[in-house]
Amino acid sequence: MANVADKPLVHEDDLLIEEYGYDDHFHDHHHGDKFQSNFVTTYFFSQDHKMIAKQFLITGMFWAIIGGLMSLVFRLQLGFPEENMAWLKPVLGKWITVNDAGIGSLAPEFYYALVTMHGTILVFFVLTAGLSGTFSNLLIPLQIGARDMASPFMNMLSYWFFFLAGVVMFFSLFLNTGPFAGGWTAYPPLSALPQASSGSGAGMTLWIVSLVFFVVSVLLGGINYITTVLNMRTKGMSMWRMPLTIWAFFITAIIGLLSFPVLVSAFLLVTFDRSLGTSFFLSEIFIGGQALDHVGGSPILYQHLFWFLGHPEVYIIILPAMGIVSEVLSVHSRKPIFGYKAMVYSILAIAFLSFIVWAHHMFMSGVNPFISNFFVIFTLIIAVPSAVKVFNWIATLYGGNIRFNSASLFGIGFVSMFISGGLTGIFLGNSAIDIQLHDTYFVVAHFHIVMGVAAFFGMYAGIYNWFPKMYGRFMNETLGKLHFWGTIVGAYAVFWPMHYLGMAGVPRRYYRFDSFAAFGSFDLMNQFITIAAIITFGFQLLFVVNFFYSIWKGKKMTDRNPWKASTLEWTTPIEGIHGNWPGKIPTVQRWAYDYGKDGKDFIPQIQPVGADESKDEH
Amino acid sequence: MNATVATEYTRSKIHPKKFALGVACASILMMFAAFTSAYIVRQAAGNWLEFRLPDIFYINTLVILLSSATVHGSYLAFKRGKTQAYRVLLVFTLILGLAFLALQYQGWQALTSIGVELTTNPSGSFVYVISGVHAAHILGGIAALIVAIIHAFALTHKVTPARKLRFEMTLIYWHFVDFLWVYLLVFFTLQQS
Ligand code: HEM
Ligand SMILES: [Cu+2]
Repeated sequence: MANVADKPLVHEDDLLIEEYGYDDHFHDHHHGDKFQSNFVTTYFFSQDHKMIAKQFLITGMFWAIIGGLMSLVFRLQLGFPEENMAWLKPVLGKWITVNDAGIGSLAPEFYYALVTMHGTILVFFVLTAGLSGTFSNLLIPLQIGARDMASPFMNMLSYWFFFLAGVVMFFSLFLNTGPFAGGWTAYPPLSALPQASSGSGAGMTLWIVSLVFFVVSVLLGGINYITTVLNMRTKGMSMWRMPLTIWAFFITAIIGLLSFPVLVSAFLLVTFDRSLGTSFFLSEIFIGGQALDHVGGSPILYQHLFWFLGHPEVYIIILPAMGIVSEVLSVHSRKPIFGYKAMVYSILAIAFLSFIVWAHHMFMSGVNPFISNFFVIFTLIIAVPSAVKVFNWIATLYGGNIRFNSASLFGIGFVSMFISGGLTGIFLGNSAIDIQLHDTYFVVAHFHIVMGVAAFFGMYAGIYNWFPKMYGRFMNETLGKLHFWGTIVGAYAVFWPMHYLGMAGVPRRYYRFDSFAAFGSFDLMNQFITIAAIITFGFQLLFVVNFFYSIWKGKKMTDRNPWKASTLEWTTPIEGIHGNWPGKIPTVQRWAYDYGKDGKDFIPQIQPVGADESKDEH
Repeated sequence: MNATVATEYTRSKIHPKKFALGVACASILMMFAAFTSAYIVRQAAGNWLEFRLPDIFYINTLVILLSSATVHGSYLAFKRGKTQAYRVLLVFTLILGLAFLALQYQGWQALTSIGVELTTNPSGSFVYVISGVHAAHILGGIAALIVAIIHAFALTHKVTPARKLRFEMTLIYWHFVDFLWVYLLVFFTLQQS
């Protein structure tokens, strides 16, 4: 039987859909065109999930570049504190102070602003909106067999709230007093006292406004994703037949809906403290010798509220990447994902546990050590489902007929990063060891590897894999592989040494270390990290060039299903159309991972189960 | 081709929009869960001014409960084609909703008059903020009610699926904010006793 479509009969898929699909009369009434009737509704206020996905992606890329450049500036400061930075004056203006000798240096306040903005931008704008926004939008309707999201209008609003959040944050970069500079976690009193530092005034106000818009965006998106997955699956697409991507996006959205509102509560209380004189988070404080009116507040309370979001947030970032990697590794190793159900259950377990471990970020804030024990135990238990997932990815690859292309390489790189960073998590999760490691570069190394770099790898795997679905063209493979090798070597070069810094006690968020004789021995290491960071950033530019070049000039897609994948998105026409399928909606006959079954390379989900076919035993 | 085709097709009965509203309510609930657990955590830390919630908040609870009853009555009347009751009860609901807001305001003033101002102590600040955010959600419900009233009076009374759905959305939300207030009141009462 010809699964691999013979050329003249290019669209066997269409025949299957015509025969077994069902007719929802979507194309009878002409609402298809209402959505994309002119330039503005096609490219700006689009309500088509595929276009909204691209909007999220490209906006995310914009922010990744800004956020990445910021890190280079503060890395220069850390690696070469004595060097002349006057050449940055045209960009950074008054934040570079030039002394009589003509040597320019970075203003310390602005160093903090850069670190804060880098964290906020990367965590929220790039790895939340750019990752989950992009792929949830692109893949949920396509992979579950829906015409679009449950509410395309809300979906559009979700993007534009994200955009608005970006505009406000961008604007805050140009404030005379500078953007917020109290760290991405915005702990009081720096966040709650407008006079606490130069960024705590207008900068913090805009930071909060921006993030509230951002939360609105996440909630609008999340409500849509959940509703779409639960209500709009096509015939035959039972929950247990959903690709792991969909499971991951679905659970991610649920986590977001349960945790982001808590962040809003915290912001609201901060706002009251800031402008109406309440003392939720502010206790007796003296500024400039003057006692403030605030009494009896608890800054720890803020930390509880923040990390109740903050920890789930890290899984909001990593789960979509995990889903993408599961899919990419299975497709490119031509094997079913190993332990499908175990994968789903570990997503569920991670999601559940992520709500009861938040205080592992607060071991050193003076919380009761007996309460810490509770959090130590649950934190360490998270390692179990994480390990199950890692085992399953490796087992999926094992013995596979792996295609080593950019997508699968980044998938494999993800697994490597997740292992390296997960292991250091186990150190940090022990409250006793955390006494030494807390707020050092060890933590910075941990979360950049396990979350920052790993999530980027998941995102790259997804982009290389689904670029043809988005733009009908391929990205350049040679550049892609170069990008991969440069990035994985570079990322380890940047973050691995930080573990040593951290173990020696070098604190994070310090502007310079020359008054600490003990840290003098790390000067060379800091220089090495800075240089590695600059080179690694250069490799990302390679990706950006490849991306935009390929949109217009990339190799054209001629086969609808270039990766020979079994999921539904590859049964749609190459030129994405509104409503996704030109005629009927496909009906799903089997799970998403029939690769190498009964000696066949793959069997698409729309193919009915043959009478002589062996039974699925997943 | 000899094949078995998937035939089972169970689409869940609930309308996606209604489902989405339920999800939105869940996330609003999380926000209040955060407020109330912050209250508990803060209370445990000491320096906590004890006071009794003014009676007006209890009276007000009756008002909002009554409004839930009237909006439900209006919904039943809508379904049974009793135009008069449908319209009148809906207007009653709106009036009760506005009365609730006005009485909450009175409640805040009563708080101030017993010396519990916004900034006096976190125990009072929490009451102001939590009931204030709740009032903001009531305001959203009032907007929905106004739209419902415009529909009730401007359109001829017909029970179409679209109109039924719209009414049900308003109904669910209004019951939700009502329930939310009851939860908050019980919470405050238990914490302050
Ligand atoms: C094996 C699982 C993991 C364990 C046991 C673990 C444990 C910890 C602990 C105890 C800390 C606090 C360290 C300190 O501040 O002293 C921490 C920080 C952090 N972890 Fe993990 N982690 C794990 C996996 C992850 C994953 C999967 C992510 C993200 C995808 C992540 C992201 C972060 C972030 C962002 C921080 C630092 C936040 C900050 O202080 O700015 N961790 N981790
Ligand atoms: Cu955590």
